[in-house]
Amino acid sequence: MSLRQPHELHKRRHGRNLGVALTLAAFIVIVFGLTVVKVTRGDFEPPRDEVSN
Amino acid sequence: MSDASINASTAQSAGREDEASFGDYFALLKPRVMSLVVFTALVGLLAAPVPVHPFIGFCAILFIAIGGGASGALNMWWDADIDRVMKRTKGRPIPAGKIEPGEAMALGLALSGLSVIMLGLATNVFAGAFLAFTIFFYAVVYTMWLKRSTPQNIVIGGAAGAFPPVIGWIAATGSMSVEPWLMFALTFMWTPPHFWALALFMRSDYDDAGVPMLTVTHGRRATRVHILVYTILLALLAVGTSFSGIGGPIYLAVALVLNALFLRGAWRIWRRDEVMSEADNFKVERGFFKLSLLYLFLHFGAILAEALLKPYGLGGWS
Repeated sequence: MSLRQPHELHKRRHGRNLGVALTLAAFIVIVFGLTVVKVTRGDFEPPRDEVSN
Repeated sequence: MSDASINASTAQSAGREDEASFGDYFALLKPRVMSLVVFTALVGLLAAPVPVHPFIGFCAILFIAIGGGASGALNMWWDADIDRVMKRTKGRPIPAGKIEPGEAMALGLALSGLSVIMLGLATNVFAGAFLAFTIFFYAVVYTMWLKRSTPQNIVIGGAAGAFPPVIGWIAATGSMSVEPWLMFALTFMWTPPHFWALALFMRSDYDDAGVPMLTVTHGRRATRVHILVYTILLALLAVGTSFSGIGGPIYLAVALVLNALFLRGAWRIWRRDEVMSEADNFKVERGFFKLSLLYLFLHFGAILAEALLKPYGLGGWS
């Protein structure tokens, strides 16, 4: 049980924190997704002659 | 946590009752301008002759949009003094007292760096560099330098808003060709008549802020002439684009109809004087402004339609 009734400001601050959290989570998903796409497409594979040496 | 720290934080929070919400920070990114950036960049990306992986395409558009938003935040930071004066902009987060100018600058700079690096990593370095140039052009060349010093501010500033389809094209191909520059020219030539029509019926705003709009420096008659001249040049360009690699029969039909309407609107604005305009509360000028929004959307929509129909042998002239 909270000691005080939350002020409207606290709701706004909660919304802002939630927004930042979701933005960061979305950023992680995007970086992970980009990594998966680039690795599976072979973007990070070394050139063929380097592999054969 | 001690009672003392709880009390201290409560006291601190009570001192900032106007504290910004997440939406206020998002508003700094000029979401409406961002929607135009997203759409035109998407058209540039999809009209390119190189297929893009859907997820990479999504990321490219997202980072171009964030870059556009970042330059919007930098613009709001620099222009906070003008925004306080203008009726249209005084509700923005900084003039409304919700966000400190420094916060807007920090957000703008951080998002600029993030968007440029991420676009470079997701697509290619050329696209990232071009996005960096676009942000620099809008925030420094237009906002800090030209906006307050020349009545041609809108013409040159329009270039910044015209770059997104070029960035989209480069993100897909990694190179440059004439087609993205036709899309650039379309937005570039469209911007002056669009904004000058707005300046005609929002006149006290720009006058009060001391922004050297053409209406203020060269008079309203000259502005009407400029609108007509730019619209004629725009019509030639827009119809001529039909016969390029991004054009086709659908685009030609759309361009013919819209440019006929746009020319008619510009002609009517040119023929009117202030007495006539004030008598009907700038009805023709307001109508022209609304049409200009539809004009750009449908031109780019037609380019997109041509690009999407190409794989089925329907788009383009072939």
